Amino acid sequence: MGKTIAEKIFATHCRDNPTPENFVLSLDVVMCHEITTPIAVTDLEARGMDRVFDAEKIKAVIDHVTPAKDSKTATQGKILRDWARRHAIRDFFDIGRNGVCHALFPEKGFIRPGYTVIMGDSHTCTHGAFGAFAAGVGTTDLEVGILKGVCSFRLPKTMKVNLTGALPPGVFAKDVILAVIKRLTVNGATDKVLEFVGPVVSSMSMEARMTLCNMAIEAGATCGICLPDRVTAEYLWPFIKEQYDSVEAAVADFRTWHSDPDAVYDGELTIDVSQLVPQVTYGYKPDEVKDVTAMEGTPVDQVYVGSCTNGRIEDLRVAARVLKGRRIADTVRGVLSPATPAIYNQALQEGLIQIFMDAGFCVTNPTCGACLGMSNGVLAEGEICASTTNRNFNGRMGRGGIVHLMSPASAAAAAVAGHVTDPRPYL
Amino acid sequence: MKNFGGPALFLDRSDINTDEIIPARYLTEITKMALQPYILEDLKIGGFDPGSEAVRQANVIVTRANFGCGSSREHAVWVFEVNDINVVVAESFARIFRQNMFNCGMLAIELPRKDIDALFGLGEGTAVAVDVAGERLTAKNGDQEVSLGFTLNGFDKELVLAGGWLAYADRKY
Ligand code: SF4
Repeated sequence: MGKTIAEKIFATHCRDNPTPENFVLSLDVVMCHEITTPIAVTDLEARGMDRVFDAEKIKAVIDHVTPAKDSKTATQGKILRDWARRHAIRDFFDIGRNGVCHALFPEKGFIRPGYTVIMGDSHTCTHGAFGAFAAGVGTTDLEVGILKGVCSFRLPKTMKVNLTGALPPGVFAKDVILAVIKRLTVNGATDKVLEFVGPVVSSMSMEARMTLCNMAIEAGATCGICLPDRVTAEYLWPFIKEQYDSVEAAVADFRTWHSDPDAVYDGELTIDVSQLVPQVTYGYKPDEVKDVTAMEGTPVDQVYVGSCTNGRIEDLRVAARVLKGRRIADTVRGVLSPATPAIYNQALQEGLIQIFMDAGFCVTNPTCGACLGMSNGVLAEGEICASTTNRNFNGRMGRGGIVHLMSPASAAAAAVAGHVTDPRPYL
Repeated sequence: MKNFGGPALFLDRSDINTDEIIPARYLTEITKMALQPYILEDLKIGGFDPGSEAVRQANVIVTRANFGCGSSREHAVWVFEVNDINVVVAESFARIFRQNMFNCGMLAIELPRKDIDALFGLGEGTAVAVDVAGERLTAKNGDQEVSLGFTLNGFDKELVLAGGWLAYADRKY
């Protein structure tokens, strides 16, 4: 019987099988940020277990609230910083070099096909875009990961998500994943891996694949995964060129991490995206999704472009295309947070930052900030935000605030119109 | 091993997420105890009051499907722990929340819809007793009683008996 990519990764990383269903996997990368790691660090210290399994395999960043907004967040940053220094964790990213974890770590080439990756952050599933098994975990899993380099998982079943047709103009990876979540519902993929395949995925950039995998958790999935191919190899080339003679050689090697043709899947969902229109959430769950046309006119107080879902260079380019030569509505506050310093820099060089500023946007440093309602654009009670982020939960971007999730194009169009609107006429 | 059980708190809604259990604005706390006052602060259920006596008294939560979805924050488990809630009974759980519960040596018990309905049928004032080894849960309200068998994954059970994943992993790996 053939194996899926997830089963192959489980087989090659299995340290222990306490039951046939439970796998303890050895980890290739353990990623840390300042919200969930400090409490793990202080707990390990208190237990006299302040050790790390392998400083090379640990990556750490201060990204959620940076620069620190108060003494508490400053303390969180300090605990992480001191810990990283104490254990000589070389890949630690502090202010000036820091960015949103799920954008920064892939950009640094830390994630490779076939890897096992954990982080105390639910959107760790983003890294499945590289053909890795990457899962969000809680603090105890993180502690054990830091200490022992292992993590336990139940053997996941894989659901195939087959994306066929071709994306129409004005429709993006974000619209596709919102449509997928709408079909699956918020727990339709619990304990499963979503394997994204089909011509639409093959023709997507790594950025778009990360957007797709980023929101797999919103359908309850353990991980989203894309099969590594030429696009993956080209993205990773600067980091792997010592290892392979050519991109072709890397592509051939990456095939190890393709699901076998006779692999067994637990369900298959096929969506022809050719007729898809831009998608927007209503309500408080990411599966509450409508066509943008059905949401036309919904007023907006703030527009947020950023986050690990849609704060990458391609997202900024698309939003800038909408904003170029236009002004955002007087009633709207626009906030842009490029996800990493490299993205910020690239956007500066391409003149995108100028376009955002001319349109009336405020540009912040790379940070999560507003996405989880902690800084840089928290909503007031009753305010509505058109956002390129991944969660519209009650209070997510500020107590009593309302969030509509959408693509960067749709968010930029909402900023100009002052309400939710179809972005296609603006592109 | 802990004593599992006590007064039940009924949360009659599916898809309760961890932002509702403990909002992100409290994630800057660096001790578990500091989370205590903020339990279920943003929970959206008509008429629910996070400051109520029922919340204060509870040792067990009984709820619907997909409990604990959303953010991976283990704070959602700790805020229960520091409020003396160490059992959640639901129709289903989000993966990370369920794993966090067992990792902390606490119980996430899955029961079919009809059993959950039977528990909700008992209503406010119900007390639940859990026999982990025997995998049986008994709920009583006045002279009404419901006794239900449940199944724990063998590994999860070991974690509960070991007092959590850190203790287990430290011994074994
Ligand atoms: S950008 Fe938002 S969703 Fe992504 S890691 Fe940061 S807080 Fe989480």
